[in-house]
Amino acid sequence: MKATLQTIIEKHQKDATRLMDILLDIQAEHGSVNDEAIALVASQLGISKVDVEQTRSFYHFFTKESAGKYTVYMNDSVVANMKGKAEVVKAFEKEANCKLGSVSADGLIGLFNTACIGMSDQEPAALINGKVFTNLTPAKVKEIVAGFKADKCVKEMITEYGDGQNSSELIKSMVKNNLMKKGAVTFSEYKTGTALRKVVEMNADQIVAEVKTSGIRGRGGAGFPTGLKWDFCRKEAEPVKYVMCNADEGEPGTFKDRVILTEVPALVFEGMTVAGYTIGAKQGILYLRHEYKYLVKYLDKVLEDLRTQNLLGKNIAGKQGFDFDIRIQLGAGAYVCGEESALIESCEGKRGEPRNRPPFPVQKGYMNKPTVINNVETLAHITKIIEKGGAWYKGIGTKESAGTKLLSISGDCEKPGVYEIEWGMTIQQMLDMVGAKDVQAVQVAGPSGTCINPKQFGRAIAYEDLATGGAMTIIGNQRNLLKDVVHNYMDFFVDESCGSCVPCRALSVLMKERLEKVINGHATKNEVNELVEWGSFMKLANRCGLGQTASNPIITTIQNFREKYDALTKDTDYVSEFNMETAVAASCAVVGRKPNLEH
Amino acid sequence: MGFFSSLFGKKQKPEEVKQEAKHEAPKQEVKREPIVEKKVETPVVETKKVEEIKKENMSDTIKFKIDGKECVGKNGQSILDAAIENGVYIPSLCHMKDVIPAGSCRICQIKMNGRTMAACTTPLTCDCNNLEIENDTPEINEVRKAIVEVLFVEGNHFCPSCEKSGCCELQALGYKYAMLVPRFQYAFPQREIFAASPNLMLDRNRCILCKKCVRIIKDEKGRSVFALKNRGHKLEINIDVDLAKTLSPAIAQKAMEICPVGAIIKKEKGFAVPIGSRKFDLKPIGIGNLN
Repeated sequence: MKATLQTIIEKHQKDATRLMDILLDIQAEHGSVNDEAIALVASQLGISKVDVEQTRSFYHFFTKESAGKYTVYMNDSVVANMKGKAEVVKAFEKEANCKLGSVSADGLIGLFNTACIGMSDQEPAALINGKVFTNLTPAKVKEIVAGFKADKCVKEMITEYGDGQNSSELIKSMVKNNLMKKGAVTFSEYKTGTALRKVVEMNADQIVAEVKTSGIRGRGGAGFPTGLKWDFCRKEAEPVKYVMCNADEGEPGTFKDRVILTEVPALVFEGMTVAGYTIGAKQGILYLRHEYKYLVKYLDKVLEDLRTQNLLGKNIAGKQGFDFDIRIQLGAGAYVCGEESALIESCEGKRGEPRNRPPFPVQKGYMNKPTVINNVETLAHITKIIEKGGAWYKGIGTKESAGTKLLSISGDCEKPGVYEIEWGMTIQQMLDMVGAKDVQAVQVAGPSGTCINPKQFGRAIAYEDLATGGAMTIIGNQRNLLKDVVHNYMDFFVDESCGSCVPCRALSVLMKERLEKVINGHATKNEVNELVEWGSFMKLANRCGLGQTASNPIITTIQNFREKYDALTKDTDYVSEFNMETAVAASCAVVGRKPNLEH
Repeated sequence: MGFFSSLFGKKQKPEEVKQEAKHEAPKQEVKREPIVEKKVETPVVETKKVEEIKKENMSDTIKFKIDGKECVGKNGQSILDAAIENGVYIPSLCHMKDVIPAGSCRICQIKMNGRTMAACTTPLTCDCNNLEIENDTPEINEVRKAIVEVLFVEGNHFCPSCEKSGCCELQALGYKYAMLVPRFQYAFPQREIFAASPNLMLDRNRCILCKKCVRIIKDEKGRSVFALKNRGHKLEINIDVDLAKTLSPAIAQKAMEICPVGAIIKKEKGFAVPIGSRKFDLKPIGIGNLN
């Protein structure tokens, strides 16, 4: 073991800023990052063991002990649960003879939950040794576990492949694109290199002007004007700069970046190169969430092809001195790394904790150098904006929201998948488009967004009304909104908080517990009102977007579905949670008698 | 370990008492005045960065107001530091002058231009000239009080049995914001105590995760003695067992001094000053004791 560890550490030049890569390699090679590995890494990197452990313990996919020869990470998202996750888990537990959250006694199979893996349109889904398994059923689980027991390679267990590039040699995945609607920007015809050949004839001023003209705003959800971001970064005096692409789409219910990276990755890389040319960066990093690790080999090949075509590397597109290259940085399972400064921290080998601002990433980002970070979709659009012009782009969508938007639509509807729409579409139009009937609620922009009721279905999908990074989860009337949806989302936020800010770390737990009290019928109306106040503390006092929005599942449902809370609560000062039968259950079990509650 | 007996000064050797009094309450023996804690030296790495930032922004003076009071600060200086220099109290649990701010306790929040900001991580800039900052208002104090309550229910804080009682910033803030019974449910978590070092003890029950020890306490080679572990509500302070065992008494002493609560305790050392005469017993936090 020591020898392979040593090789891994040396492969990454004993560089503490590449600690993520070192730990990722160790986890992949040994199935865990144990204390022995930590001690060796620490001594070789000249840092203390706790500094290695702080990174290991932050990320979900690093494990201290072996997580089984075959590790099954069951997606625990709302949609996965809607589509029968519980039955699949039961089947795994029965076949593998282990409980969820543990490894079987023989060490063969580990079964764990994980946050949304970006497969909401093909649930229930799971990651097994890094490979994606979709549309699972108890029958399929039986086959899979039989495969484990027959010592099969996970790759061999995948017999049917998805559409498009999913079936290509370097991916070979069962994932489906479900690309239901192609629009004018992301999925329109394009010849790789057109934008770069045009861009080398332009200067940075002209490019920034073009991007500003287009009116494009960040597609990750926050909607910051991209042209402005680039302009800020370009004007920083520091000679070394970086371009980063945020492919850490962790918002439950989002999966559009997966489809972009599967079908049109060159469009994204070209957008990154345009950004590099504009701000004067020579290095780009694509931060890819660990759940999409199955795309790495393929993406590396795309990068290699771009180098061969002189669209990456030195003197790009024949322009002397235009050097730019891209590397892929894998994450290791942390939602908060989708926050741009946390993403930078993670790239530097640290815990993915958001930074304090100022300074902003455009001033001091990766390695404390000015850094532009854009979403996958934004960068793909940049390429098209350069090709066809800012005015063309501005002409699509609404006045305040230019261009198209990819929606990841899932939940209770006939046609879940990825849709490229023009901004301005109403929720009702969207529901009709995907064949959704009998709808109780739509979760717009994922758990950190808003849960809206049918009276609001006339609202428009646009920055000026319902802003979204693209996640649309449709909740049918048959669902228990508080129990099936809101509670799952709160669980998610409790698990994914980095823990740095006091309110986010502790209040999210307290709010979830209070919600459970409501669901169990033990809360008063006043206790629901208190939740509103606690939610305002979260919004006011937390540092990052995650913490500020972590109470949204509760707050927006109290706003839009108050009747559901009212039906479960009483207008009294106090509701007793005491139940005699539960209270004496343990002691009755010990003495082996039935409780006599008549007294 | 004799914490209780030493707490009341029963078993102490005379020289220890002297030493203790020196760091705990330097002016205590002479006259009963507000006790200012000994200034803690900060490690080179951290200060360097701060110096860099300062240099970039040094120059002009900024005039601003906090709750109507005229204040003067330097460009680039944090609003929290500037406020203290002007004699205005903004509470904080994770901030130390000249150390890169953590911005994690969130209790120093203020309101400027209608937005809530953390005073420790918000620098004064030219835009702050003539700015009116809200600090000691019922709205802001309500959030601060909630944060104090959250910290009390999140850990296990039994003030009567804590060595730091009377010098504890969390306890002092509990009094300041008139916390009676926390509005939140107690979590009563199970937390580990680390006592394997000859020089210090880490009681995680009392830890509020301010990260001061993480940022400041390093060994001779600059390696971290403390670091964070896990995330979210499972977040805890991790201590490097090997480095902790060889930690010098001086560094252990420093670690205890910077800890705002009683989570880091120097071993085999009692407290000369009895409860009732300690720092915040004499003057409540925020009045005379600004940081």
